[in-house]
Amino acid sequence: MTATIAPAVGRDAAAGQPRPPMSRLTVVELRKLVDTRAGRWLLVAIGLVAAGIIALQLAYAPDDEQTFANFFVPSLFPVGVLLPVLGILSITTEWSQRTALTTFALVPRRERVIIAKLLAVVLAALASVLVSLAVAAVATLIAEATGGAGTWRFDGMLIAHAVVLQVCTALIGAGFGLLLLHTPLAIVAYLVLPIAWSILGALVQPLYRAGEWLDTNRTMEPLFTAEMTSGQWQRLAVSLLLWLVVPLAAGLVRTMRQEVT
Amino acid sequence: MIAVQQLTKRYGRHTAVDDVSFHCEPGTVTGFLGPNGAGKSTTMRMICGLTPPTSGTATIAGHPYRHLPNPGRTVGVLLDASAQHAGRTGREALALSAATMGVDRRAVGELLDRVGLNGAAARRRVRAYSLGMRQRLGLAHALLGDPQVLVLDEPANGLDPEGIFWMRGLLRDFADRGGTVMLSSHLLREVEAVADRLVVIGGGRVVAQGSKEELLAGSGTLVRARDRAALRGALERAGLPVDDSTDGLLVNADSEAVGLAAAAAGVALTELRPTGTGGLEQLFLTLTAETATGPASTRPTEAATGPASARSAAVPPTEEIVR
Repeated sequence: MTATIAPAVGRDAAAGQPRPPMSRLTVVELRKLVDTRAGRWLLVAIGLVAAGIIALQLAYAPDDEQTFANFFVPSLFPVGVLLPVLGILSITTEWSQRTALTTFALVPRRERVIIAKLLAVVLAALASVLVSLAVAAVATLIAEATGGAGTWRFDGMLIAHAVVLQVCTALIGAGFGLLLLHTPLAIVAYLVLPIAWSILGALVQPLYRAGEWLDTNRTMEPLFTAEMTSGQWQRLAVSLLLWLVVPLAAGLVRTMRQEVT
Repeated sequence: MIAVQQLTKRYGRHTAVDDVSFHCEPGTVTGFLGPNGAGKSTTMRMICGLTPPTSGTATIAGHPYRHLPNPGRTVGVLLDASAQHAGRTGREALALSAATMGVDRRAVGELLDRVGLNGAAARRRVRAYSLGMRQRLGLAHALLGDPQVLVLDEPANGLDPEGIFWMRGLLRDFADRGGTVMLSSHLLREVEAVADRLVVIGGGRVVAQGSKEELLAGSGTLVRARDRAALRGALERAGLPVDDSTDGLLVNADSEAVGLAAAAAGVALTELRPTGTGGLEQLFLTLTAETATGPASTRPTEAATGPASARSAAVPPTEEIVR
């Protein structure tokens, strides 16, 4: 084997190179979500769970309830459990697999990598809503053919709310990942904190009142319906400030400063 | 091309890198030499903007690394060959970086061939790679952006003798074509074989730097006697600086002065020779042993075991192949 790799001499090393555009970084981050077995299986699981819920409904739901809207909404819930895991993994695998060393050596402006990751996670959440819609459409066709209601009519706001729901849950996961930089820790924290909050809220009366504004399990509930009052939007915004904006901001600061080894 | 100025990194009370300054010029290979834990990797991570320095600066082509718009096209970096996603294939790992840098995808296949990871190996997941294969992948990765500068941390680790020989050729060729290479090693012979310039670091401080010839010049004499203590005493009485080594005593003086001192004390020698190419080793052992375990003259037992263990780690596995 002979080495014939010529360094490019005489090129202005630094200034002449264009910065990789955000679109390219986002495509790279999307690719990282699917180019490992773990990532692929997580996406397959999300699809299978959505399909599984709908299969159960086709089998067991009363015929008159087999409508497009009734297929669509329940599929959001299990998908919404897995999306945060995707958000967490997109951030934490860089640290657990130590690829951050390569990633940040190629893009030393770390905030650009993180923005690209968040964009990729948002796109994945949007895609999950499309999957839910597609699976619901297939189910409605089957329902039509098998004697179910098969009603297509539904409120468009349902989709808008589903988008808000899935994008926010995925980003909450990413925020936890960014803040903790550790896969098991972030997943456990994401799953345990809301439960702990609910238990405490049930025990301590003042906390229950605060939970109306801070417990995302409760503030996100109206997103499963087509109707949301301005009061409900406000409560959702306040809870997202605590569970999404604060972890994202603190996590961004931490990741910017973290030494990469 | 690489300019490091008074770089310091402290972790609490521990100073990992202490006021380190050096330059790496185009057309040269700079060997960054030091025992494990000397601060080599921390210095290299600071050069690449991955570890924030406590004080001091490092620039590449006049710019701090973090200000380079697309650093992969300027600097090829290999800091840890094990830091790859175990679940990705070698080809995919390169393809991701090629996409990030905006390098033509065909470069991936060409580089995989060039580092000897063609066909089946490139399609396997990194989990199944040996350390040597990971090093080859890491080198391919460093070269992917067609850079002018290479920063490589222990690139020879895990490579087989053929691989080490190949890598030396590659780095020499890269420098001869005007590139700048900085490579670290704790293996003396590894660096001696390929570097033009040396920066020796011990205990976080630069203990010597210069061209290889400069540092090798004025190297001393190796002397042995059955009665080592008597020999040491004779040399010390003659005012000659003495250091321990596994082979005997290393004296920073020419053979004649050493022979005369021994004869004057009536010590029978079993060996007397100039250290020659072993000079760098002597330099390395004495300098790093001093910073690592204290002055050799005041703590002879530690100084004696220190270099011995460092030396056994520094025995090159590839000597025959290289010569």
